[in-house]
Amino acid sequence: MNIDKRLVRKDSLEKLFDILKRNSKTIYAPFTKNGKSTFRDTESFGAISTGYIQTTESAKDIAFPRTEKLLDFSKSKEGMSVKGTDLNDIPDVILWGVRPCDASGIGELSSIFNWDYKDEIYINRLSKVTVFGFSCSKSDEYCFCTSVGGNPGNTAGSDILFTLLGEEGDYLAEIITEKGLAVVDLAQNLFEKTDISGKEKFLAELPVKFSHEDIRLKLDKFFESKEWIEQSLRCLGCGACAYVCPTCACFDIQDEAHGKKGSRVRCWDSCGFSHFTVHTSGYNPRNVQSARWRQRIMHKFSYMPERLSVYGCTGCGRCSRACPVDMNILEHLISIQEVTV
Amino acid sequence: MVDLIKRAKELLESSAVKVVIGYEQGTGNKTRALFVEKTEDADKLIFDSRCIQNLAAYVTKKEVKEKGKMAIAATLPVMRSIIQLASEFQVNDNNLLVLGITPESNLIEFANLVEVETFVHQYQIEIDARNKEMLDKLAKMTSAERWKFWVDELAPCFKCYACRAACPMCYCSRCTVDFNQPQWIPVPSTELGNLEWHIMRAMHLTGRCIDCDACYNACPLSIPINLLTKRMLVDAKEHFGNYQPSLKGDNLMSTYKPDDKENFIQ
Ligand code: SF4
Ligand code: SF4
Ligand code: SF4
Ligand code: SF4
Repeated sequence: MNIDKRLVRKDSLEKLFDILKRNSKTIYAPFTKNGKSTFRDTESFGAISTGYIQTTESAKDIAFPRTEKLLDFSKSKEGMSVKGTDLNDIPDVILWGVRPCDASGIGELSSIFNWDYKDEIYINRLSKVTVFGFSCSKSDEYCFCTSVGGNPGNTAGSDILFTLLGEEGDYLAEIITEKGLAVVDLAQNLFEKTDISGKEKFLAELPVKFSHEDIRLKLDKFFESKEWIEQSLRCLGCGACAYVCPTCACFDIQDEAHGKKGSRVRCWDSCGFSHFTVHTSGYNPRNVQSARWRQRIMHKFSYMPERLSVYGCTGCGRCSRACPVDMNILEHLISIQEVTV
Repeated sequence: MVDLIKRAKELLESSAVKVVIGYEQGTGNKTRALFVEKTEDADKLIFDSRCIQNLAAYVTKKEVKEKGKMAIAATLPVMRSIIQLASEFQVNDNNLLVLGITPESNLIEFANLVEVETFVHQYQIEIDARNKEMLDKLAKMTSAERWKFWVDELAPCFKCYACRAACPMCYCSRCTVDFNQPQWIPVPSTELGNLEWHIMRAMHLTGRCIDCDACYNACPLSIPINLLTKRMLVDAKEHFGNYQPSLKGDNLMSTYKPDDKENFIQ
């Protein structure tokens, strides 16, 4: 599909929100609590956070929720009965206010959930999502999308990408997919024809800080490097970096039972946790934090490119902002690039 | 901090310790933990008001402990944590040397943990005004209002366990929440799962928490979970008298006294 460009007036965004609501759309948009933002089911346009460089949490929750019921089970004299998740229950959702480094992460997450096993629940959830991307006019010291193949106006992953044309300006709307077009059809008069083409001068400037290709090649011979130990000594082994990351996909499956009934639930998990790889025998192949930190970087910059032809990092910088002990991934990638093996 | 750098160098040069745990300048305006093993790296040590991470969380960490005897740059909360950890047999004079930093930011060295304890006992654990106000506000709520407050506050929690990881007192190699056969606490980050997790954690820290706020500072979602441990601190004081970590190890919640005022226990 050719990308169609339209102009959306500044004050038309609220009208668009209202029209979508009148069409019974569920809208997930950034919502701030205690100074931290995350995507929530939003009823009013006024409640949407604005001015953020990047939301604290990524939007992956929408297709890969922190807690996903896979099936219900119950035991009786006749035996065990099992009922799977009803995929028809999944609502249509508009994901509003997603930054390009989050939207492009959807592609990377999808490559994992479509690898050998096709994850039906994920695929169905995602098929119901329409992504409203918003380009970045500002960045901070944690951002590095341009070093991993993205950019502040990247259209990948968005169905419509809005770019603010100057502080008090209107928006350029790029209609990227059929899903995006379907939204435009609901509010034709808000999407005005325009001959504006260049959006670049309105985007954040973000110099390239390292080459992800170089990192990948370097990692081929880096497994035994002492650098992992040095970098990870202060790492506490929590799940903050993985849980805010748009591309981290690890999960754990748990049974939550009460008496003879219960559910099987998929919950987020993190390779940073010390128990993540413990075998039933008690043996733990990654028994030190440096092995776990190495896994995090290798998975994103070596294993994923090798197996899925995508990098597992979009450069959103969330993990660095969220880490309680300043494990700054950008700093660490640059040292990996610089250190001699 | 010139004194600290000098002392760290001496200790490493004389092999009195193998590693000095302190702070360094991090990225942006952040500070972070530094593990000095080579004298030349000691020059990176800093100390200022931004250095609030509780470094005592590292003294029970396998990767750090394995290096040999540790010295630690310890502010008052860190010293309190160390006394508590010592009372729980996690550290002792053979594996840890405390380089104290007084509330006036002066370096003070201790010959042993008994001296650290004496120093620490000069100061009471005081909940700061802002949090006190919050606790009062919560206490005045009806139980339904308080329930709603906590359900709302804990809703964003995605169980990353950064709070647990940053807390010096959360050193169990296998936490209650990590058990699944049998399972004690629901694993999913649901209303019930989150409430049970945080209530369990607050209970396990009662009489041990030294009110350093490391848990709250670590939370990527800034959930005020420290209000739970602060409440327990207030309650523990009220019921069991003034609380100070002590080497005697007479922990509030695990000590039985024959003259306990509750007769159900006798
Ligand atoms: S690894 Fe960090 S910077 Fe990269 S996508 Fe994940 S959260 Fe963003
Ligand atoms: S890098 Fe930071 S956020 Fe990630 S596990 Fe380590 S301490 Fe936690
Ligand atoms: S750090 Fe925050 S989000 Fe993570 S488990 Fe603790 S309270 Fe929950
Ligand atoms: S305030 Fe938090 S981090 Fe500090 S000791 Fe208490 S529970 Fe642990």
